[in-house]
Amino acid sequence: MTWLASIRIALRALRVNKLRSTLTMLGIIIGVAAVITMIGVGTGAQARVEEQIKALGSNLIMLLPGSVTSGGARMGAGSRNTLTEDDSYAIQREIQEVQAAAPQLRGTGQVVAGNSNWSTVFYGVTPEHFEVRNWVIASGKGFDAADLAGSAKVALLGETVIRNLFGDGDPLGQVIRIRKVPFVVIGSLGRKGQSLLGQDQDDVILMPISTARNRVLGGNTAKQRTVGSVFVKVREEADMSEVEGQIRNLLRQRHRIQAGQDDDFTLRNLSEVLQAQEQSSRIMTLLLAAVASVSLLVGGIGIMNIMLVSVTERTREIGLRMAVGARGRDILMQFLVEAVTLALIGGLLGIVLGVGGSYAIGHFAEWRTELNLQAIALAVGFAAAIGIFFGFYPARKASRLLPIEALRYE
Amino acid sequence: MESYTVAALRGVSLEIGSGEFVAVMGPSGSGKSTFMNLLGCLDSPSGGSYFLAGEKVSELSGDALAEIRNRRLGFVFQNFNLLPRTSALENVGLPLLYSRCPAEERRLRAMQRLAEVGLADRAHHQPSQLSGGQQQRVAIARALVNNPVLILADEPTGALDTRTSFELMGLLQQLNRGGMTVVLVTHERDITAFASRIVSFRDGHVVDDQRVAQPADALAMARELEREAA
Repeated sequence: MTWLASIRIALRALRVNKLRSTLTMLGIIIGVAAVITMIGVGTGAQARVEEQIKALGSNLIMLLPGSVTSGGARMGAGSRNTLTEDDSYAIQREIQEVQAAAPQLRGTGQVVAGNSNWSTVFYGVTPEHFEVRNWVIASGKGFDAADLAGSAKVALLGETVIRNLFGDGDPLGQVIRIRKVPFVVIGSLGRKGQSLLGQDQDDVILMPISTARNRVLGGNTAKQRTVGSVFVKVREEADMSEVEGQIRNLLRQRHRIQAGQDDDFTLRNLSEVLQAQEQSSRIMTLLLAAVASVSLLVGGIGIMNIMLVSVTERTREIGLRMAVGARGRDILMQFLVEAVTLALIGGLLGIVLGVGGSYAIGHFAEWRTELNLQAIALAVGFAAAIGIFFGFYPARKASRLLPIEALRYE
Repeated sequence: MESYTVAALRGVSLEIGSGEFVAVMGPSGSGKSTFMNLLGCLDSPSGGSYFLAGEKVSELSGDALAEIRNRRLGFVFQNFNLLPRTSALENVGLPLLYSRCPAEERRLRAMQRLAEVGLADRAHHQPSQLSGGQQQRVAIARALVNNPVLILADEPTGALDTRTSFELMGLLQQLNRGGMTVVLVTHERDITAFASRIVSFRDGHVVDDQRVAQPADALAMARELEREAA
């Protein structure tokens, strides 16, 4: 008997008991749909973390000023401005494995353009900042060393700021006032989206660090050339921990810290934090998929149950087929093909439902979901395997019937 | 549960020649069904041997027996045993499915056999749309489709009225005149009248084996019944 003939016989047998076949398939449909949807949700979460890693920049170490002890009470990190711009330059100059070190100063203030205004965060940065933090300049240009040296009043705006100040208009060349200081907009920044904590990373203005210090922030900051933080980008991921040690030594030396004294700065390996998060979202995906597979397993047991009923019901048919020349393996194949057909049709319908389901979750729950072709292939393969596995026992039972007994069965 | 060994047949030695029309008779429990199952290669004897067309088939394996049934034997059952919701044409082609015959040839051969039993115009009807006599003709077409050497009919008229029975026996006689060997089990005496040899079983033994010089003509009797009814 050919495969084609087996499949036709299987389809006819399934059509005869439409309701029963549909209910049996439902187990597989729900199982496959659940696997695809859950993997979709999991992969979506994973992709979000990966995107955040990309937005942050890879191989990043963040340096924060350290704490001070005032009358025995230890203040928090950043309570004293111990990091200076020169520390940042020294790191870039003296540690070979460092690709770039970017100091930054943070400030907040009201920004005015024409008759709109917006409250936002601005950062004073050096040109290295763009490279270290993976900022893309969407239009216009960045600033250069001359702007930095001359404390030029130029600014680059994030997407959110542009939208709030200019709507759909072109910001390039426009004059805006940041804390009443007039700036020329020389560029716009590419979109970064939300940060891990849900902050809008596009609600930002970048300007030369010298301008931020001398013209906007003023005060003590100006005198000491201190900075709010320094981002260090390391060339190779493998060197991360070694570079951490080198930075620590270099800064202790520059800050004249005696052996045994605490650091007056804090080092954070940001990539590690994100990698841990990626790891946990991957585990979540696996867990969800595992739970969903249980329903596939239950669906498989449903198939086995129905196939056993079907074999009993069709005992006389089996007997007749044997009498006209069907061998045991012909009968085995017929029922196996029927079980696999049942599982595969269920699997295909499950894909439709699963794809729809992940789309619906993405749309209504506003979770990010991602369709994963591998997951779809896996679910279908799994469905077929379940058909074979759970169909085998009933099919073998059928193939071992004795023709005379099967023919006589009432 | 204790198991018993029951000898259904004992000391049966029978030779059926090519082209014979044999009627097997006997009360229930006489062993005639077991005899038919052995002839049909549906069962294997616990002792003794069975030669079919010169081949010793009593010691063959299950798969080999399936092939013998497929290529050399044709079955006709009392309850027709057609596949439901399947066209007459596909029912007739069923044995060819298991001899790996290509679909187009299968269709052609099945159609030819259906025409031979006079049902060419019913090829696409399902069994539920056919009368009992027509269903049994489809079954005969199915038995013939793979050119067997022997047709085994197990009470083929058991579910039919007298006139249809005679018509069906006429069809078997016609096949037999064409050279086909037919073995028929029945307990109706008037049916045995159409055979050329009558073998009677009782308690597992052959108690009578007689040849009939001039078997009755079933088709003529069917026509007579038709005239009487009219």
